Amino acid sequence: MSGDMTHDEGHGSVAVEQEHGHGVVAENPFADPGLPEHQPRLTDIDEKVARKSERIVAGLFILSAIATIAFMVCYTEVPNNTATIVNFFPIGAISASNFALGLTLGVALFSMGAGAIYWARTLMTDVELPQERHLLESAPADKAAAAAEFQQGLEDSAWKQRPLIRRTLIGAMAVLPLPALWILRDLGPLPGTTQRQTAWTAGELIINDNSISLDGTQGSGIKPEDLQVGTLVSASPAAVLTAGDNAVDMMTMSAILLVRMNPADIKSQQEIDWGYEGIVAFSKICTHVGCPVQLYEQQTHHMLCPCHQSTFDLSDNGRVVFGPAARSLPQLPITVNADGYLVAKAGFDQPVGPSFWERG
Amino acid sequence: MSTSTSNEEIVPTTLGGKASDYLDQRLGIAGAAKKNLRKIFPDHWSFMLGEICLYSFIILLLSGIFLTLFFTPSMGEVTYNGSYTPLDGIKMSEAYASTLNISFDVRGGLLMRQIHHWAALVFVMGIMVHMLRIFFTGAFRKPRELNWLIGFTLFVLALLEGFAGYSLPDDLLSGTGLRIMQGIILSIPIVGTYLSYFFFGGLFPGHVLIPRLFTVHILLVPGIILALITAHLILVFYQKHTQWAGPGRTNENVVGLPLMPVYMAKAGGFFFVVFGFIALLGGLVSINPIWDYGPYVPTQITAGSQPDFYIGFFEGALRMMPNWEINAWGHTLSLNILIPAVVVPGILFTGLAVYPFFEAWVTGDKREHHILDRPRNMPTRTAIGVAGIVFYGIGWINGGNDLVATHFNLSVETITWVDRVLIFVGPVFAFWLTRRICFGLQRRDRDKVLHGRESGIITRSPEGQFSEIHTPLPQGDLHKLTAHDVHRPLTLTEVTDSNGVPAPKLRLAKLRARATRWYFGERVEKPTEEEYRHAVSSGHH
Repeated sequence: MSGDMTHDEGHGSVAVEQEHGHGVVAENPFADPGLPEHQPRLTDIDEKVARKSERIVAGLFILSAIATIAFMVCYTEVPNNTATIVNFFPIGAISASNFALGLTLGVALFSMGAGAIYWARTLMTDVELPQERHLLESAPADKAAAAAEFQQGLEDSAWKQRPLIRRTLIGAMAVLPLPALWILRDLGPLPGTTQRQTAWTAGELIINDNSISLDGTQGSGIKPEDLQVGTLVSASPAAVLTAGDNAVDMMTMSAILLVRMNPADIKSQQEIDWGYEGIVAFSKICTHVGCPVQLYEQQTHHMLCPCHQSTFDLSDNGRVVFGPAARSLPQLPITVNADGYLVAKAGFDQPVGPSFWERG
Repeated sequence: MSTSTSNEEIVPTTLGGKASDYLDQRLGIAGAAKKNLRKIFPDHWSFMLGEICLYSFIILLLSGIFLTLFFTPSMGEVTYNGSYTPLDGIKMSEAYASTLNISFDVRGGLLMRQIHHWAALVFVMGIMVHMLRIFFTGAFRKPRELNWLIGFTLFVLALLEGFAGYSLPDDLLSGTGLRIMQGIILSIPIVGTYLSYFFFGGLFPGHVLIPRLFTVHILLVPGIILALITAHLILVFYQKHTQWAGPGRTNENVVGLPLMPVYMAKAGGFFFVVFGFIALLGGLVSINPIWDYGPYVPTQITAGSQPDFYIGFFEGALRMMPNWEINAWGHTLSLNILIPAVVVPGILFTGLAVYPFFEAWVTGDKREHHILDRPRNMPTRTAIGVAGIVFYGIGWINGGNDLVATHFNLSVETITWVDRVLIFVGPVFAFWLTRRICFGLQRRDRDKVLHGRESGIITRSPEGQFSEIHTPLPQGDLHKLTAHDVHRPLTLTEVTDSNGVPAPKLRLAKLRARATRWYFGERVEKPTEEEYRHAVSSGHH
């Protein structure tokens, strides 16, 4: 450590104010020499330069006005449709209307600002002036006077002499804001057990998400022979087709994935039993914070959630192999119905999706 | 009532003069104008950062008003038949459909959307950088602690406001963000499920969220922000701006240029420059192309989903956390969500808010400070700040761990594990390194004061010895480089000696003494006059 470093346990104390700054002694080489002398700019001494500056400022203001008019012209003249695009290096293809409007508006504003700043920098004064700064703290006399006024007000109100008024007022004021919370009660229903429920019950038909019609009322089931080994299908309960306005909420809770694996790849007997000929169904909702899991690695049977990279092993009870999710993806027991379509053998044996306090 | 009987009564002749006189006779504004029109503001590039925040907020208000004229804040389902054909016939919410409409069918609509989004990013980024400037220069010290708190609140509100606005278009990306937010709310112990049901009006996503967020986004939060910005600026004006040390600049004055005309032109012009810059961004650089994402469907997702930059830290913290969860007594405590999404940000933000009060307690400094600290002269504070930036930065990078993985062909598991280690090691190392750099810079300042500046001229003595000529600094620089305080740590000798000091106070005093040793135990002393005279006379120059 060099000689000018100090490392000690210090001196001084809690009781004594610290020593700050350094005393100013006579002929202090570090004393404040005061504001340096103003150095004139070229524009201050040469009128020709100043006039050039003036022309630049005026030019920028004129440019601004031209761009403003151009903006209005572009608004009406440049067609606003997805077919009219311009290619602008390095940004690429952008809407011609947006390009023209943004460019003209940008130039109008920018040159207005640039003109004003250039004016200030070259032609307005740059002589730095000092202005005194006073302590913000009031003078002791003012403080005392203010305190006396306050005391007088307090006495006039009898605030101190009438504790009954004081206490009841404070008590009443303390409870007065509560209705503001109370009145918010109808913001939503109480959870009840809805966070534990999905639309899956024994015999519920599994609908291929890709088959659901645009209006959401038609969809078709899946037969085991539709699925090759390695296939992944997003699916929903048939109930969503008739759920109307609640279809989205229902899908959010009940979305599943169907995967067909070689049964030999499946490591858990329960998973094989809950599946059908190597077809297994898992909740699609990540047990972390509820994003849909979607990225499937066919070889490892790993399923990744794109949001936070929680990775689940679909060949091993949906076990978490990486990432912040704490629980396995719940498996839905499935079978086929009399028509040969895949259906749920039972509902989920546990709540799906993110954890919540009451989950247990 | 007679206005004045004085002979010197001014009779205004110009239109402006008459107007001012009219106002003065009713409002008495001449006094305030006399005091403030030529109010002095100091000049430094870093003082513009706060201006950028103010201006981008004004731009947000202007572009936001335009957007409200065309946006439909509704989750009601419609079938899209607008001019963006790839989504023709698709079912979507009215919010998403009207955002498509703004983007493709309202002239200037896309420009306003993009200006709005860019301005939001500039706003949050500006606040962050502005806050760092305040932090590293000690501008939060007395008397400005309260304005720091207002600014801190504005920062939190800006994050909330940004997230709310980002969620309104109801596209796949923002819906995914809301889903994550709902998962986080669910993880809150005891009340989480209830909060989620009240917030979303039932199950996620429900039917009421967008209209509710709309009110929050266009009325509630911007109203509070506007009020707080006003208070923030009034305090800046009233307390007068801080300034850097320098010749003629003291704690009792403010040196700079007058509001009228210089700062009116400079600050006013800068507003247009910021607006122009953001308008160019809005016109040329695409942001949040919601038509590419499609409407929100809770069962769909895109790989590589990324939030706006200011959410990246929270996202990265969520991604980084190990999967700890406690199940006991019939309840679930999701530490894997609570810690990164609630506890860590809570600590970080609380620390940010209370830092000025903590430092004031450590230094015991009760004076007003209007001269800024150079970051090097407060090495521990600067190191705390840099450690905080590194902590935040590693969390932020981990928020894009999947993109880092795909761009650099690395495994996402490796990146996550590296970040899990770095988030602890990085800040400690940064703290140590920053302090070393600060001490080094302080020593260089010391050398400059004592020995002058290196002139680059090498001389050779008759004996053959080479040496470089150092030119002494002008007095202004000498003053500037020695204007700062060197704080000293405290010891407890006197407190322990005195009787009757109650134990809790003693414990606090001990803690404070230890804090001062941590802050100031190691330090570089300023050159003294004797050292300076000695250096000059021994011919080191």
